[in-house]
Amino acid sequence: MGSRQFLFLKGKKEKFFCFAEGFEEVKRAVRTRQSNLLCNVFILSVSCSHFHLDHCGALPYFSEMVGYDGPIYMTHPTKAICPILLEDYRKITVDKKGETNFFTSQMIKDCMKKVVAVHLHQTVQVDEELEIKAYYAGHVLGAAMFQIKVGCESVVYTGDYNMTPDRHLGAAWIDKCRPDLLITESTYATTIRDSKRCRERDFLKKVHETVERGGKVLIPVFALGRAQELCILLETFWERMNLKAPIYFSTGLTEKANHYYKLFITWTNQKIRKTFVQRNMFEFKHIKAFDRAFADNPGPMVVFATPGMLHAGQSLQIFRKWAGNEKNMVIMPGYCVQGTVGHKILSGQRKLEMEGRQILEVKMQVEYMSFSAHADAKGIMQLIRQAEPRNVLLVHGEAKKMEFLKQKIEQEFHVNCYMPANGETTTIFTNPSIPVDISLGLLKRETAIGLLPDAKKPKLMHGTLIMKDNSFRLVSPEQALKELGLAEHQLRFTCRVHIQDPRKEHETVLRVYNHLKGVLKDYSVQHLPDGSITVESILIQATAHSEDQGTKVLLVSWTYQDEELGSYLTSLLKKGLPQSTS
Amino acid sequence: MKLYCLSGHPTLPCNVLKFKSTTIMLDCGLDMTSTLNFLPLPLVQSPRLSKLPGLVLKDGSTFLDKELKECSGHVFVDSVPEFCLPETELLDLSTVDVILISNYHCMMALPYITEYTGFTGTVYATEPTVQIGRLLMEELVNSIERVPKAQSASTWKNKEVQRLLPAPLKDAVEVSMWRKCYTMPEVNAALSKIQLVGYSQKIELFGAVQVTPLSSGYALGSSNWIIQSHYEKVSYVSGSSLLTTHPQPMDQASLKNSDVLILTGLTQIPTANPDGMVGEFCSNLAMTVRNGGNVLVPCYPSGVIYDLLECLYQYIDSAGLSNVPFYFISPVANSSLEFSQIFAEWLCHNKQTKVYLPEPPFPHAELIQTNKLKHYPSIHGDFSNDFKQPCVIFTGHPSLRFGDVVHFMELWGKSSLNTVIFTEPDFSYLDALAPYQPLAMKCVYCPIDTRLNFIQVSKLLKEVQPLHVVCPEQYTQPPPSQSHRTDLMIDCQPPPMSYRRAEVLTLPYKRRYEKIEIMPELADSLVPLEIKPGISLATVSAMLHTKDNKHVLQLPPKPPQPPTSKKRKRVSDDVPECKPLKPLLSGSIPVDQFVQTLEK
Repeated sequence: MGSRQFLFLKGKKEKFFCFAEGFEEVKRAVRTRQSNLLCNVFILSVSCSHFHLDHCGALPYFSEMVGYDGPIYMTHPTKAICPILLEDYRKITVDKKGETNFFTSQMIKDCMKKVVAVHLHQTVQVDEELEIKAYYAGHVLGAAMFQIKVGCESVVYTGDYNMTPDRHLGAAWIDKCRPDLLITESTYATTIRDSKRCRERDFLKKVHETVERGGKVLIPVFALGRAQELCILLETFWERMNLKAPIYFSTGLTEKANHYYKLFITWTNQKIRKTFVQRNMFEFKHIKAFDRAFADNPGPMVVFATPGMLHAGQSLQIFRKWAGNEKNMVIMPGYCVQGTVGHKILSGQRKLEMEGRQILEVKMQVEYMSFSAHADAKGIMQLIRQAEPRNVLLVHGEAKKMEFLKQKIEQEFHVNCYMPANGETTTIFTNPSIPVDISLGLLKRETAIGLLPDAKKPKLMHGTLIMKDNSFRLVSPEQALKELGLAEHQLRFTCRVHIQDPRKEHETVLRVYNHLKGVLKDYSVQHLPDGSITVESILIQATAHSEDQGTKVLLVSWTYQDEELGSYLTSLLKKGLPQSTS
Repeated sequence: MKLYCLSGHPTLPCNVLKFKSTTIMLDCGLDMTSTLNFLPLPLVQSPRLSKLPGLVLKDGSTFLDKELKECSGHVFVDSVPEFCLPETELLDLSTVDVILISNYHCMMALPYITEYTGFTGTVYATEPTVQIGRLLMEELVNSIERVPKAQSASTWKNKEVQRLLPAPLKDAVEVSMWRKCYTMPEVNAALSKIQLVGYSQKIELFGAVQVTPLSSGYALGSSNWIIQSHYEKVSYVSGSSLLTTHPQPMDQASLKNSDVLILTGLTQIPTANPDGMVGEFCSNLAMTVRNGGNVLVPCYPSGVIYDLLECLYQYIDSAGLSNVPFYFISPVANSSLEFSQIFAEWLCHNKQTKVYLPEPPFPHAELIQTNKLKHYPSIHGDFSNDFKQPCVIFTGHPSLRFGDVVHFMELWGKSSLNTVIFTEPDFSYLDALAPYQPLAMKCVYCPIDTRLNFIQVSKLLKEVQPLHVVCPEQYTQPPPSQSHRTDLMIDCQPPPMSYRRAEVLTLPYKRRYEKIEIMPELADSLVPLEIKPGISLATVSAMLHTKDNKHVLQLPPKPPQPPTSKKRKRVSDDVPECKPLKPLLSGSIPVDQFVQTLEK
């Protein structure tokens, strides 16, 4: 149900990324103010999250009519199924509705040639900076969530997804990729749907009751997706209950669709994958292809017919035939757009005006059952927990419900959550760390210092960062000087400290030595043969005062780098020596 | 960087790479050529095999006649076949962090490693590799377990005894390391440790190393691996093919700029052209069948058989073979044929296009539908009812030591009308046939090995330009049987480093840099100074945090208040541990200004 279009700007260089969406929306966007952005230079890639027309319907228009000629990314099943749906869409729009400014069959073919198929989890390097990665999204066969990464900034776009495995697909999954931004759909922002099992039982009960009393059940579906799940559901139920009433699905697409499911069985859920050699779940025993003439057959039957919103085609034809009989039932398994017959009957209308001013009275039972596989509030929260994003952006859904979800997300995860209105631009600031090359010598030296038992403890390190043509290297200060051919200056501080001590020079030195050694336990204090003392690199020499033999002059000399220790030493010595015990 | 070489077989490699702080096992191939020293395991008691005479040693002693049998001048061990395991003593295998599998033939020793060495790590492989690898293991276990053999020979393995034996048993290496086949529970346990990966998926190992599988073009899901850190790149090329068969083509571009390229799994038959061999295979098959004979093709249940079936699909009608039944007998025949159809994403472009239609990618679906190809789990049951001659049978095992192939060798071996066609290159066909001699059946050797040959290798190396090449020693000299063919070896500059079983190589690579991240707050506090045009320096004093092998620099904590009281005696209190470091001094000194300032 995604009908918006996103573009964003990322990274050092400006980059736009576009998620292909519904035809009308893109067309509108192209016409309006964004049109200037939609030239080839800016858009680097388009990725298509799944084959529903509201997510890929605009592709040929975009690539063949607007002139986009960059890569388009899709998973294999989407790439396989997408052109068929597009062609179908084109036929309905051009041949039936007579729309003229529309893409042609050839354009669909040309567009599909630009599609690059991606594996799940494959990292695709779009250019030297931009990479994308697909994750399993559940929703429909081949649906994917995309992660887009530029440098160390990343965005995850979910498309439509489903966090609970169903009869034929697995649950969406993402690793802890910590994106800067997670853009998630929020169609069911506040709904926490009752358990799947309840809904399924309810569905089967209603179908069963109708069939038992000799009624006919019409289930308008879209060719791919829910149809397969419901087929599996009915097939297993029929087998278990040993029912005899025929089940049909409308010709064309659905039959072919089942074949896609068989060939792309690795994209279905684990149970189906495991058992497919013994029994392929998409080879139905009880479900047969539908023929137009069957609609008038007497007795009970169940028919899956396209399209799902009863707005045209076979499902509408059958509906018109069966609507007058209160024994029959129509089950709407998904959402219906305003203006369609499906929407009208769901909102309680029982007298419909058909073309030719005919009034159709609806006596059959109308049931709505949400089987559309979107994540509910719980699922959305779960995905956020999995991915740990720094910001969340909600799209699709009703503003009020989204507002509630937004608060919940901000409360629970303490991240910013945005829900921009259509056409609004949201700017999100990121604060990325800067990756730098550190010389292994420096790193090893720093980690080796102290060799603390707790090696994980943070340590202070010192180095020099060399910045040269966009490259950053962290090296030891000595190496930096050497590399740049700079001579090192020595800056020494020298200080005289006067000490009242009548003893001989070497004895004074010895006293100072013992004193320092006693105080500075953690430092290396040495008494050199030439009579001087060193504390680390600080030099101390003693001479007798030229005029007063009872005063000794201590010469303390240290480098700039040892300033702290040096000044500490002078102040220590200025306090005088402790009274000698000897 | 060190490489521990655990296998001496160049196409069934098992190496361990120590790189940064990780220990990575590259493949764990199982050398099954050891089974050639054993007698075949017939499903039904074979009078011929049970009547073979026991071995009498040169000195006339017969204490080995229960264990060793003679057949047409060759000596065979009469026992459950055993396999030569990779070296387990060279390093502690429980320290292995991960195992990377390149294709399903190179994982057959996995249960021995994961179940017997204390291994606690993860195994990475692609989905087709795991699924088909499981089938190969299942077939192996099944064909050995269903023929329980009472005795297990071990006396001959005694070093003193082995010395007395005739060749090739006398020269067999590491016989004490030979092991019986694993069991299904062990296979399942081993496979449960595998994590599935896709081509070009980047997998982080402990934050230190990143590994990536790349398509290698040899088999369904077969991969080469890139093992890299931010600064070093090791490519592991194992079992690659540049021929267009069913798998996705080899990804060569991603191998570029490698510091070290480990090259294993080249073709075992460098002189044979696979296309020519397929042609020969078809014509021999047709000729035999036309003359009323049967054709036996000993093969693995997956791999080249898909290509052979595809060739036959195109060939049988034109060759007038449409009425000849083709049988594929293996406990995993059905699974293998089914699995081959669902890996669209791992197939070559042509096959992918078929799936988009949607049609099954392999034509054997049609062969099965039209009843031209039939598959059975074993020779019992349905097969015995359907069995019609003359026919063509694909069955395992290519070593001719176990599996249903043993039955057909015994059944058809006596007639010169029949032909056995060897297509798998893993076993010498003469050795494989030895326990069946004397044999009237025709033998045709059409080894089909699509892996890289030496011409392709030198082209590849020129293309990807690795700094160093490492390969098994067999590739650095011409094959022993063709010592004049100096073109049948790897030729590159600098010459490749070679390894042999149980050797440890130190790879010539020195690491110099590491990645570190500077937190934005710290970056803000840095004061860069332009020293030379385009070059700026900044002194960094920061806290180094190391977690999961990732290094991060943060702002140092505020230094504690300088001590105001001089009375404190403890110097360590006065001088904080994290004292900021004064930078080194450099640059020109404005002497005059300096002096002036001093004068003030």
